[in-house]
Amino acid sequence: MDRFVFLTIDGLSRGAVYAAFALALVLIWRAARVVNFAQGAMAVAAAYVAYTVSAQTGSYWLGFVVAIVAGLLLGALVDRAVMRYVDHTSPLNPVIVALGLVLLIQAVLGMVYGSEFRPAEAPFSRSALTVGGLAVLSPYDLFVFATIGVVVVGLAWIFARTAVGLRMRAAAFAPEVSRLLGVNVGGMLTLGWALASGVGALAAMLVIPTELGLHPHAMDLVFVSAFTAAVVGGLDSPPGAVVGGLVVGLLLSYVSGYAGSDLTPLAVLVLLLAVLLVRPGGLFAPVAARRV
Amino acid sequence: MHRSARRGLAIASTIALLISAAGCSGDDGSGPGGGSVPGVTDSEIVVGTHMPLTGPASAGYSKIAPATKAYFDYVNANGGVHGRKITYKIMDDGYNPANTQQVVRQLVLQDKVFAVLNGLGTPTHTGVLDFLKSNRVPDLFVASGSRSWDQPDKYPGTFGFNPDYTVEGKILATYAKANLAGQKVCFLGQDDDFGRDSLVGVEKVLGATGVAVKQTYVTSNTNVAPQIGAFKAAGCQVVVLATVPGFTALSIGTAARLGFKPQWLVSNVGADYPTLAKQLGTAAPLLEGMVGTNYLPMQNDTANPWIQLFAKINKTHNGDAPFDGNTVYGMSVGYLFVQVLLAAGKDLTREKVLQTVQKGGFQGPGLVPLRFSANDHSGYGGQRLSRVTGGVQSYFGPAYETDEADGPVNEYTATPVAPPANGVPTVS
Amino acid sequence: MSATRAAVPPKQRPADAGDRPVDRRRGSTLLRHLAIMLAAGLLLVGVSYAVEPFRNFQLATVAAYLCATAGLTVLTGLNGQLSLGHGALMATGAYTVAFCQNAFADRGMTGGWLLPLSLGAAVLGTVAVGAVVGVAAARLRGPYLAGVTLAVAVVVPALAVTFDGVFNGEQGLSVPVEPPPVSLGPYFPYERWQLWLTGAATLLALLLLANLIRSRYGRTFRAVRDDEVAARLAGIHVARTQVLAFVVSAATAGLGGALLAVLAQSVSPGAFSLTLSLFLLMAVVIGGLGRLTGALWGAVLLVALPDLTHSLTEMLTLSPAVAQRMEGNLPLAIFGITLIVVMIAAPGGVQGLLSRLGRALLARWSARRS
Repeated sequence: MDRFVFLTIDGLSRGAVYAAFALALVLIWRAARVVNFAQGAMAVAAAYVAYTVSAQTGSYWLGFVVAIVAGLLLGALVDRAVMRYVDHTSPLNPVIVALGLVLLIQAVLGMVYGSEFRPAEAPFSRSALTVGGLAVLSPYDLFVFATIGVVVVGLAWIFARTAVGLRMRAAAFAPEVSRLLGVNVGGMLTLGWALASGVGALAAMLVIPTELGLHPHAMDLVFVSAFTAAVVGGLDSPPGAVVGGLVVGLLLSYVSGYAGSDLTPLAVLVLLLAVLLVRPGGLFAPVAARRV
Repeated sequence: MHRSARRGLAIASTIALLISAAGCSGDDGSGPGGGSVPGVTDSEIVVGTHMPLTGPASAGYSKIAPATKAYFDYVNANGGVHGRKITYKIMDDGYNPANTQQVVRQLVLQDKVFAVLNGLGTPTHTGVLDFLKSNRVPDLFVASGSRSWDQPDKYPGTFGFNPDYTVEGKILATYAKANLAGQKVCFLGQDDDFGRDSLVGVEKVLGATGVAVKQTYVTSNTNVAPQIGAFKAAGCQVVVLATVPGFTALSIGTAARLGFKPQWLVSNVGADYPTLAKQLGTAAPLLEGMVGTNYLPMQNDTANPWIQLFAKINKTHNGDAPFDGNTVYGMSVGYLFVQVLLAAGKDLTREKVLQTVQKGGFQGPGLVPLRFSANDHSGYGGQRLSRVTGGVQSYFGPAYETDEADGPVNEYTATPVAPPANGVPTVS
Repeated sequence: MSATRAAVPPKQRPADAGDRPVDRRRGSTLLRHLAIMLAAGLLLVGVSYAVEPFRNFQLATVAAYLCATAGLTVLTGLNGQLSLGHGALMATGAYTVAFCQNAFADRGMTGGWLLPLSLGAAVLGTVAVGAVVGVAAARLRGPYLAGVTLAVAVVVPALAVTFDGVFNGEQGLSVPVEPPPVSLGPYFPYERWQLWLTGAATLLALLLLANLIRSRYGRTFRAVRDDEVAARLAGIHVARTQVLAFVVSAATAGLGGALLAVLAQSVSPGAFSLTLSLFLLMAVVIGGLGRLTGALWGAVLLVALPDLTHSLTEMLTLSPAVAQRMEGNLPLAIFGITLIVVMIAAPGGVQGLLSRLGRALLARWSARRS
């Protein structure tokens, strides 16, 4: 029982990060119909900026804020400087450009910072608090849950309650009509990229201290898990990304705890097939695919 | 234009382009050879290596080849070997065996290297063993502790360098048996030949039932909490780690946050203190008391003449890169290779180099003997234990030597040699 | 229209992405393709004598990758199914050929017909795996298909580690391959022989693919890609067509992987990682999606670009401190920038660009004539 509780909590706290990262993917997918394969590399770049700032000033929180700002700016930059010029008529073109960005960003980070692991500090203790003899959450886990809760609620609020959110949804759903109605569609797209990249940077700041450390490839594996999570949940559904993230986190934890860590990729494939063969658009697909 | 004709033309032009491309590069690719021995002229010896300079596996390893190159540059600045300068071609394979195939062929077929030196990695280098053998390229001092390099009958041109993982496992287990008797020993290993061979060594000493809990990890899953949780639940007191540096740090960090504090016994692969401390950051004090192994001088032992020499070369020829165990390793490889070249004589041939290595008798920075002979190609045959005390990793106790079979673990008592005054070996 | 339906690749494509009208001219397509392949084969033999061993090996590698990229371009370009898992299919072929060759060697069997037998077995084995994945894939669209195939790409190398008793873990298996036949002479360069082997196998595969594309099946592939509903109304069994496309694509990917294993004389999971799958996709898109010539450009780039960027970096003389940072990273950065620039400047890939150039030249030429 102890082990089950332990694995559950471990899985949930990783799952929360996957959820945030999957959310970033969903944001861009909804805004631009692009699966942003460069999300991981962009988030790592933001985390490196935070590392530099924290190392210079000694303040974790300043670095934390700078990471999110850097993420926002990088997202806007990628949209304005690169993605805007890509022919989107074939959905593969932006994917290939994103893969090119991955190579470029990782190479530049490697040149500037070298390929050594850099320590990534956690702002709170990662030692679990014990309640009634049972090791439960660590303060850091609580911080992760709280931050991601804020992000999820904040995004939901932006999209459901604010004028900007409404415009972004309109621009993504019906760009031509929105343009006629006076919505700055291009600007909304850039905003979407910025938001997604900012959320991605935040997720990186949360997950890197629990991994090997800061490295140009630090988010590669997280990206794969988060992409899986987004697909399981349904790429059009933010709640789906959150649920998908938690499910994938739990699955990885249980499988490596009870069966062996080498079986986790197989478990992920089985999960994907089990979900998608029943619901080809993910768990939270809004409407079932039309059949003739 | 007729469609098929157009397509035919497209193919033809493609191939013509390829030919011209190949032709152009063919001219400058004829290499410095010229003479009868590939890669050797009167003024130059070209050797090559494959290393992960990029990619997830590059951390730490990417510093080895530049250190070796820096040592060669130092030797070149001091007149070279028999009047020849050593050119070291470093190829990045990203630890991907498919890339290794390409770059090693480029080294051998195009750059016409004399030998491949210190190619890194078990899965990467295994794939080119046959190719190097059929091209009769000396394959010296492979950078991995796999036992595959020690097959003189099958691969007469291949020699190891690192002590193999089984030797290391036996020495770590001997320490546990002698000094931590009665404690529950557990084992975490990488899910490949590294973890497997190491466990074999540990069990040779402690017996098949001597290891209470055995866990493995894969590098593609950076969460070791389930494994460490299992150790804690089982009440392990000693944990042997056959882990790469990243996972050593991760395991120790994870254990700390689970409130689990065993005695760590760590393979030399993942026991370099500067690397670990850098990765753990402010959590570096967790490394206190960690027992590791090594077989080269400790990088922080500034009283050691070898370290003084290597630190000086690092400053003058390596851009003053951060000095750690990988730097020492890279320069030690360079030193050994220069020793071999010197001993092989002015009339350098590939056969002579192989015979020279097999003759053995090389003494350098290593704390344990190099086991080179006609029927042993395995490299260093032992290790010495180190411990982290007050943030400083230093050796304690004697050096040990043993074999990968059932031989005993013996103390190795020969006194270490000092480096030559100018740092370049001389013909003995 | 539902959201999932919208995930299907839009219908507008580069004007020349294989959408040419059905060839109505007389004359056998097979014969025409046969003639082209024969010419290509003869040229290849000529080239193999003209260039040095390393270039022979590189060309052989291009040929092996070409098998895989050609199959992928049929699947993705002509049938509209995205696969991030072709590296895994290549691994299937590679391991099958390793098992066969080892089994033959253990039994002391020799002979020139063994290798084709092993390659055939590799294709069959991959077809079986491809059929299973294809059945699942036929239900999925766009990013959901990408997700499943990506998981396949991660699982297959991991299985080699999990079942290390069979696959020998990370270290992999060696693939015993016989030397060139004695009739070619005692000093026949091994790399030339490798180019002949892979070149022959690849040309055969391309011949079959080219005919398939021009056949009724090719047309149903495109019909399903362009509009599933219309295809269904026209009496095309959509799911069956998609599975068939996946199986064909898997067969060539398996052959490509098997040829790579034969070239390397070894096979290990690290060579077939997710990165390979992503690079294959990059290759077919950069080369020009949906065209076999595009697949050729893609395969050439896969081999030539890392080599070129490396040589480019080598020409720079840098201080040791700078060189340490640049080494390995600079080629990757150049590679990345190339991908981005080509994709922006020529969305139809290299082949699209060449076709455009060719048409422009042709127009100018005919304008001058008239």
